[in-house]
Amino acid sequence: MVGEGILKGMAETARNFFGSYVSKDRLTTVQYPEQRDAQIEAARSFPFLVYDGADWHDGMRCVACQICEKECPPKCIFIEKSKDKKPDANGKPQFYPATFNIDISVCMSCQICVEVCPFDAIMMDVDTDLSTDDRFGGLLLDKQRLSKSNEYYNAIHPTEAAAVDARLAVERARQEAKAKAAAEAKAAADAKLTAATPAQPASGEPR
Amino acid sequence: MSTAIVPTAHFDLEPMSEPGKEQLLELAMGPQHPSTHGVFRMNVVLYGEQVVRLKPVFGYLHRNHEKIAESETYLGSMPYTDRLDYMCSITNNWAYALAVEKLAGIEVPERAEYLRVITGELTRLQNHACLIGFLMQDMGSSGTPLMYAFREREKILDLFESLTGARMMCNYMRFGGCRADLPAGWLDQARKVVADFPRFLDEYEQLLVSNEILMDRTQEVGVLSRELAVSAGISGPMARASGVDYDIRKVDHYSIYDRFTFRVPLGSHGDVYDRFMVRLLEMRESVSILEQAMRDIPAGPIVDPRMKVRGFRPKPGEAYGRIESPKGELGFYLVSDGSPNPYRYRVRPPSLINLTVLEDLCVGRNVGDIVAILGSIDIVLGEVDR
Amino acid sequence: MTHLALLAQQLDQIFVLAKHWLLGFVPAGAQPLFSAVLSVVPVILAFPLLFAITTWIERKGLGRMQNRYGPNRVGPFGLLQPLADGVKSLTKEDIVPLTADHAVHFLAPILLVSAAFMDYAVLPIGRNMVIANLNAGVLFFFAVGSLMELAVFMAGWSSRSKYSLLGAMRAIAQMISYEVPLVLASIVVIMQAGSLSTVAIVNMQAAYTGIWPHWFVFTPWGFAGFVLFMVAATAESNRSPFDLPEGESEIIAGYYTEYSGFKFALFFMGEYIGMFATGGMAITLFLGGWSAPFAFLTWIPSYFWFFAKLLTLIAVFIWVRGTLPRLRMDQLMNLAWEFMLPMTLLNLLTAGAWHFMSAGLLRWFVCSTMVVVPYILLSRGLKQRKKFQIRTYHFSE
Repeated sequence: MVGEGILKGMAETARNFFGSYVSKDRLTTVQYPEQRDAQIEAARSFPFLVYDGADWHDGMRCVACQICEKECPPKCIFIEKSKDKKPDANGKPQFYPATFNIDISVCMSCQICVEVCPFDAIMMDVDTDLSTDDRFGGLLLDKQRLSKSNEYYNAIHPTEAAAVDARLAVERARQEAKAKAAAEAKAAADAKLTAATPAQPASGEPR
Repeated sequence: MSTAIVPTAHFDLEPMSEPGKEQLLELAMGPQHPSTHGVFRMNVVLYGEQVVRLKPVFGYLHRNHEKIAESETYLGSMPYTDRLDYMCSITNNWAYALAVEKLAGIEVPERAEYLRVITGELTRLQNHACLIGFLMQDMGSSGTPLMYAFREREKILDLFESLTGARMMCNYMRFGGCRADLPAGWLDQARKVVADFPRFLDEYEQLLVSNEILMDRTQEVGVLSRELAVSAGISGPMARASGVDYDIRKVDHYSIYDRFTFRVPLGSHGDVYDRFMVRLLEMRESVSILEQAMRDIPAGPIVDPRMKVRGFRPKPGEAYGRIESPKGELGFYLVSDGSPNPYRYRVRPPSLINLTVLEDLCVGRNVGDIVAILGSIDIVLGEVDR
Repeated sequence: MTHLALLAQQLDQIFVLAKHWLLGFVPAGAQPLFSAVLSVVPVILAFPLLFAITTWIERKGLGRMQNRYGPNRVGPFGLLQPLADGVKSLTKEDIVPLTADHAVHFLAPILLVSAAFMDYAVLPIGRNMVIANLNAGVLFFFAVGSLMELAVFMAGWSSRSKYSLLGAMRAIAQMISYEVPLVLASIVVIMQAGSLSTVAIVNMQAAYTGIWPHWFVFTPWGFAGFVLFMVAATAESNRSPFDLPEGESEIIAGYYTEYSGFKFALFFMGEYIGMFATGGMAITLFLGGWSAPFAFLTWIPSYFWFFAKLLTLIAVFIWVRGTLPRLRMDQLMNLAWEFMLPMTLLNLLTAGAWHFMSAGLLRWFVCSTMVVVPYILLSRGLKQRKKFQIRTYHFSE
């Protein structure tokens, strides 16, 4: 009969109307910004540089290898390598970026820079409240604005950061073990040298 | 009264009305228009309310995707493929990954195939739901079915965000597998979403399928004959609604679709109603595939261990990889000359190919039908213009 | 009369008593003029306020049907949203196309609003509360209501734009086509009441047998007439599913595409005021006007019942808008001429049969059959012409 389908449709709408007062499933709006949805751990917005310890410059993991700059699809990363070196977390002297700029108005949040970084130095942030009214410089982040601590990284991506920290700890332990073994070998070699030639310095003197 | 400067003719179109038939009205629908699914223009010539000629004008969203790919590495093009058909980024990634895997002879481990199927079918679900919602919105339903579809889509997008990191631009496939493995609890959440979906489909059907106004507006409207569909290269649900039994998942046996039992719905009339019903039925089939895949997913690596991320140089050659995307046959044709960048990168966009018959479908119909027909073709301008 | 009944009667007549009291301050020579002004001013204040409230109800109602809140930021529960919309439309730049016909372009919204307001002259909003008790009230209503169609066409034609022209053509065709079932559906009431005066029609329905009222909607021909009248009223007010002239997703805004700012607000208001007027006429003709639904509820003032019924009709309009897609032009015309016109003509026969048969169960049976059987036959005829097929789909092998 004509009109039956229309009445069925109207029953459906009425069910949704009354259901929206009763069940949460039928009213899924979240009143942003007073309420927010739970942050999903794997979300990604824009990259940031991780630093260990308290000082953002001394603890920076980035060694300016420029791999992320080459692999970035829209070419939004600009790196200038430093001329001198500074010690990294393991004590080894490494280059560091004198300039590290990311233009986040170009960045497309693809995460390829994170995938290719061999030093776990660049990671994806989850912060999306980035609007600014500075049209020209406001969205060009320099290395200071990009640097965030490892504690922050652990806070926003717990599982991922835990895995990275574990891997880095293993690497550091291996480095320390190697350094200790090298130091022990050197000390043993030194000891052997001094034991084998006890009066050498005196033989060079004239009688 | 006023000396107005009115342009006497469209400066960029050839004249479409014949001199002497002055009752013809030339109208430009778009590019700013609520119902053209993006920046898309249609120059229509009307005789009263009847369409005499129709010329689609597109290119407003052209972004040089194919040219950019020639200067990017193969992996660097992957985020750009997200933005082709921006509603279904996962299937775009999949087609491209398939093409590169064919080119370089890379194999994909089991778990990665299951992940691809799961995310691909979830994409198909949300695409079809939103398409039906948009079609109803264009026909004047003031957004009610659209809001219901988006309610379901939000759940699927939350799943994508916890797996890939982004809701729409997923960048999930890699050559030889997928980028990220399932986090803890994802499979349970996905099972819940898939279990709730048939109830949503039932509500949708009750709202729409026997609605007399909808039937009147969509049955026998925009009829695409089987012969025209085959000769114009139409693919996807639009072809199946006209009776062409061609689903690439069944024809090519790509990925692991052979392991799942699912049916392919066919229409017989080829009108807007059939296209809309075929998509509804396909959603039910996708739910069935998802249940089977989530039941059978094995453990294992998610990417071919021999693949390295940087320095990928396939041997010289060419390959064409295609999949059944929600819009139709999405294909990537790659020509490699041994360097890290492709020599030629070509996308076969289903939206554009399906759009070429728009004039044949619309001529003789009313103005109000144009919008319904365009909605049923299911175009996304990112794919049409690339 | 008991104390409570006296109080109820005074509450019911409070506006009439207030008007007489105010007229006491005016010299005798000016009394007719002031009487007219005092009758008109409440209507001009009350119904635009109802329009503002309706926009709020509509947005919240549609929102809830679509699983979302409506506006809830401007004021508590978004109640100040109509005020914000009003301020917005007043302060917007008034853009008139250079090639438009300026005089007609300016007059069209004014004519629309004036014609819509004139409709209220014959609607009895409460007991003894009608602005003009004309002998030919219903005729006056339909005559003045047709002026709205003229205003719509003026708007579309003067804008000199293709979208406006398309919208105006569609609007004229639709509104003229639906005038016919609208008037025919009301003729059954006039036949039964024997008078064109709205006050007489309501008075006839304000009686009770036991607790049941004598509303015309509770008879078979009245029910059919009411449904047909409401469908035609939806079409006359350009509401969904008949909002093709302002088909937002096809021709942007149809005949008022080229209007901005306050003139657009006037169009919007004029359409809604027209919708309230047609709803008010439906209430007057079929739903008993200001009379209470049960005899034991007559102590509630009459104007309360009128507005309660009007709000119910508005809720139904909003409900229908949220559910149904738009009808296409030829389907709209087919519905008017091929379905509604025969049904209204058959309804006349039914009303005649009702009048000439004696009261009793036989009369009910015969008239109900006369209404239901053509409906079923027409539906089957439409289905057989392959208009609405329920299809089955097969799957590939």
